[in-house]
Amino acid sequence: MRALDLGELGFEHGAHLLVRHALSDLAPGDELAVTGTDPALPVHLAAWCRTEGHRFTPPEDPPTTRLRGRIVRGRADLDRWAGAERAGAPAPGGIVRRPDPRWGLAARGALVEPGGPALGADLADRDVVWADIAPRLYAHAASAQWDPATAVPWDAAFAIPAEVERAVVQVMTYLVENEQAALVVPARLLARVHPHFREVLQLLAVQAADEARHVEVFARRALLRGGEMGTSSAGGRASLATLLAEPDFSLASFLLSVLGEGAFLDLLSFLDRHAPDPVTRAAVRLARRDEARHVAFGVAHLEHRAKLDPALRGRLRGAVERRHDALRDTAGLNADVFDALVVLAAGEWTPAAIASGHRAVRRLREGMDEGRRHRLERLGFPPDEAAELSALHTRNFM
Amino acid sequence: MLLMGAVAYDPKVVTIWTGFRAWLAARGFAFDFVLYSNYERQVEDLALGRIHAAWNSPLAWIRARRLAEARGRRVRPLVMRDTDRDLTSVIVVREGSPVTSVGDLRGATVAVGAVDSPQATLLPLSHLRTHGLVPGTDVDVRRFDTGVGLHGDHVGGERDAARALASGEVAAACMVDANHLLFGTEGVLPPGGTRVLAQTPPYDHCNLTVSDSVPERAAERFAGLLLSMSFADPDARPLLDLEGLKAWEDGRDDGYAALERAVDETGFYDADGRVTARGYTP
Repeated sequence: MRALDLGELGFEHGAHLLVRHALSDLAPGDELAVTGTDPALPVHLAAWCRTEGHRFTPPEDPPTTRLRGRIVRGRADLDRWAGAERAGAPAPGGIVRRPDPRWGLAARGALVEPGGPALGADLADRDVVWADIAPRLYAHAASAQWDPATAVPWDAAFAIPAEVERAVVQVMTYLVENEQAALVVPARLLARVHPHFREVLQLLAVQAADEARHVEVFARRALLRGGEMGTSSAGGRASLATLLAEPDFSLASFLLSVLGEGAFLDLLSFLDRHAPDPVTRAAVRLARRDEARHVAFGVAHLEHRAKLDPALRGRLRGAVERRHDALRDTAGLNADVFDALVVLAAGEWTPAAIASGHRAVRRLREGMDEGRRHRLERLGFPPDEAAELSALHTRNFM
Repeated sequence: MLLMGAVAYDPKVVTIWTGFRAWLAARGFAFDFVLYSNYERQVEDLALGRIHAAWNSPLAWIRARRLAEARGRRVRPLVMRDTDRDLTSVIVVREGSPVTSVGDLRGATVAVGAVDSPQATLLPLSHLRTHGLVPGTDVDVRRFDTGVGLHGDHVGGERDAARALASGEVAAACMVDANHLLFGTEGVLPPGGTRVLAQTPPYDHCNLTVSDSVPERAAERFAGLLLSMSFADPDARPLLDLEGLKAWEDGRDDGYAALERAVDETGFYDADGRVTARGYTP
């Protein structure tokens, strides 16, 4: 018979750890003799064994012995883990194609006790949500976080004409609206992804956090000079509403990240180039860096999907066409936003400057179209089809 | 259809017996349950044949047996949990207390659980009697009546008794052995800050009582299914975890003698199972 001496240690101070450790080396039915001097030990040993499914026999003549009892090892702890399985392996290489919904929130690679409730995560297929670049992108995203309070020179001195300030405020108002859509879309998707694909969850979470910061800095810049926010058009909001309505992970990622945020890369570069003050410039530059990462994940994910599923391109095309049809009778880009972009690029209120600003906005649109076509071609669309689809993209940019 | 009564001492009772009903139904056994707000009505309905079986506290078992026998009927413990066997109750004092024997409690105040708690009131007070102390005469009894009618299933009374001990309001407190460990772990009692003054001999706790209105074959099939529940089965394990057992055991009726004696000493029920306890209003 094995023996365990607990010394002065009682169950109120953790004796169960030593008892459990000693029992773990025994087979069910084996006996463990326990000695110890804690006065409550006989009471607590018996109560603990009853709860844990072990049998306990007190000594026949307690006053004459240090023996406090014998435990016959039960098997409940072994039975609990009898059908346990590993939830894949911890590294991204250990991801399984279809994780069990009952693994739920267990860490990847954890030993999972069977019998838990199934998690209602409907995005639970590696081929639907995964991209090999996700872990690297997440690591990069985590290291590239910036503090809105200090990353933007909020106190920088500058003087700009009232009309230009109004244009900045209008563009910022528009950006806040779009960034809010870009926050909600990944946040909604992330709650549907099986946590087995945790790097995708992490990436979507950081993406949502990125957008939260963008919302903050754009709203703060809009109000920096104490004015009111600009306008929000029905057409612009209709365009964003169609983004929120897309339930398919790949299609939502395509519409938001590849097409919408892709266009925003050009818009934010444009604003960086034409920013009339250092605060606006810093805000759009920081946002652009984040958006580039979102686009990279979207493109990588869809490249991965397109390789596995030749029918994907047809569905992507369908999504663009459906969205185009849904927005056919809306006004597209808020006219106030268009005008504000012209004024920003013009920089002053003269005919020549306005003409130059107008040309710059036209070039911006051409640049957006070019970028879209390029990204569509990376996903395997032939050039003519890429051009056709790019032309169907929402006039609201996002 | 076997109809069983259970007392709703906690919302989880619904989860537990709904789970058992589904588990039994999946094995072709028709089972349903009715919930009672207290054990007295449950055992009365068992005696009247309104239900076939009852998940009974030890005190309810005693009354069920007395009521049945008074009518010339028979009830028996069909199964019980492994955790229902060989419990003990303890009378504890603070570590530095001058009380070193049960006799030293003469004239002192002892905290107990609810009036109808076997483990925290009836059995430990009976244990005092065996040491020559008559509760209410030789010792003052401070009762913590939480969940009266639930026969001590509600842990609140026992916990309040322990708190009264920790705060110095009483000289000693009574509780089941496992709760002494629990209260020490929770910090309700300071770990290592109390001393076990006395411990009752082992007794049995709850059992699943069936009446002779259930055909023998149905009772045996019911027992057989419950006894077959394995802790290794992921479908059964959550139910066993909730109900607080690792395995069902055969029912036995020889672990209730001490409580029978306590019931008679206090006149809690009479020999025919009538409620005769004074001030007991479940």
